[in-house]
Amino acid sequence: MNFTLHIWRQSSADSEGHFETYEARNIPGEASFLEMLDILNDSLVTDGKEPVAFDHDCREGICGSCGMMINGRAHGPGRKQATCDARMRMFEDGQSITVEPWRAKPFPVIKDLMVDRRAFDRIIQAGGFISARTNAIPEANAIPVSKPAADEAMDAAACIGCGACVAACPNSSAMLFVAAKVSHLALLPQGQIERGDRVQRMVAQMDKEGFGNCSNNYACEAECPKEISVTHIARMNREFLRAKIYER
Amino acid sequence: MNSIVEYYLSSIGKKIVMSLTGLFLIIFLVEHLIGNMLLFANDGGAKYEAYSAFLVGNLVIRFIEIFLFAFICFHAILGVWLWFVNRYKRDTGYKKYRLRDNVPLASRTWTIITTGSFIALFLLIHLRSFFWPVRIEGGHMSEYDLVCRAFSDPLYGGFYLAAFILLGMHLKHGFQSAFQTLGLRNRKFTPIIDAAAFIVWFFIPLGYASIPVYFFYYSQIGGR
Repeated sequence: MNFTLHIWRQSSADSEGHFETYEARNIPGEASFLEMLDILNDSLVTDGKEPVAFDHDCREGICGSCGMMINGRAHGPGRKQATCDARMRMFEDGQSITVEPWRAKPFPVIKDLMVDRRAFDRIIQAGGFISARTNAIPEANAIPVSKPAADEAMDAAACIGCGACVAACPNSSAMLFVAAKVSHLALLPQGQIERGDRVQRMVAQMDKEGFGNCSNNYACEAECPKEISVTHIARMNREFLRAKIYER
Repeated sequence: MNSIVEYYLSSIGKKIVMSLTGLFLIIFLVEHLIGNMLLFANDGGAKYEAYSAFLVGNLVIRFIEIFLFAFICFHAILGVWLWFVNRYKRDTGYKKYRLRDNVPLASRTWTIITTGSFIALFLLIHLRSFFWPVRIEGGHMSEYDLVCRAFSDPLYGGFYLAAFILLGMHLKHGFQSAFQTLGLRNRKFTPIIDAAAFIVWFFIPLGYASIPVYFFYYSQIGGR
């Protein structure tokens, strides 16, 4: 398959970026989007040009590194997939594909398609954890967890922190990411002790990082590769309200 | 910092103010619609004017009216402010951005701000046409006559119909959004909220739209 790629090139965080057009030739339909970029980069290196920089790690949809905006959709045209899961057969032969980095003020571009997502790390550091003494592993059945709570917490924990929610949101809001983390721990007994503090600190950090305000249009849920539901945002709103009324 | 101020300044706090003021305005829309249905009593406006006189003369209603005006202003100003602030959270825009693949028309940012702005314009014109002559000028015409005269003009009635269609779109997003913000949308309540939302966004504007249509028809067949 052949494609015409319009790729955002930006040599550093401080420099001006621009789109460059490349022709990707003889790409197998079963190649992933990242493999297609690898093939393109091979040819760029052979021609003595700078390869396109992009984030990637596991290439099996669980690390959350490889986010990019492909033809206006976070992680490409399919649903429930990270960029590394997108296959080139999902596109038409000869199609033009525009590839851009995530766009949001708290996610500045580092180079080409790579963005700095440390804002997410700082939100986690603000409260997305449980404080526990590291001792011997406790007996697994000592703390009972109901099956529905365990399932719901697991659904929230599936968030890989890729940033597609922020990238897809017209307001660059990080509510779905923060909600997934708050919801995950609020549902489990281990998360109860810091429950109120956690949501207040994480929301405060989210606001401090400069993410936008959520307007409940649910573009985040539609583009999330792990199908994190916006019901977690409702739970976070509830948790926040509860903490503000009953705590501190 | 005072925790209430701190709460309001947070992103979730602002959302909650939008949702509570919005829900209050929906309650007002229901009350206003029920009152307006008296226009159809076919008694030359006697019942409608009695109801109107009761509202004007009731101190509790006059007190709530202050909150009504304040909430309309609050909802509108905060809405525009949030829209403005959110625009600047993405300094470089996307060359290609397919929001329409993910979000229904009524929930897109552009739709919400446009329908909201049109409703604000409608409110000003509506207040100028009905509130001002009755309450401020202390009018020479009865409320019923004002309604008959206003809607005999198809342009004026058409403007109302357009406003009600946009109000429906605004409510389609706003009603479910308010419950999401209050944390009430979950697997248990979402089907109930969605059913109630349909009644709110479809039947409230439809009820209002029946008034200009009826009175235009009334004027055509030789009514007042």
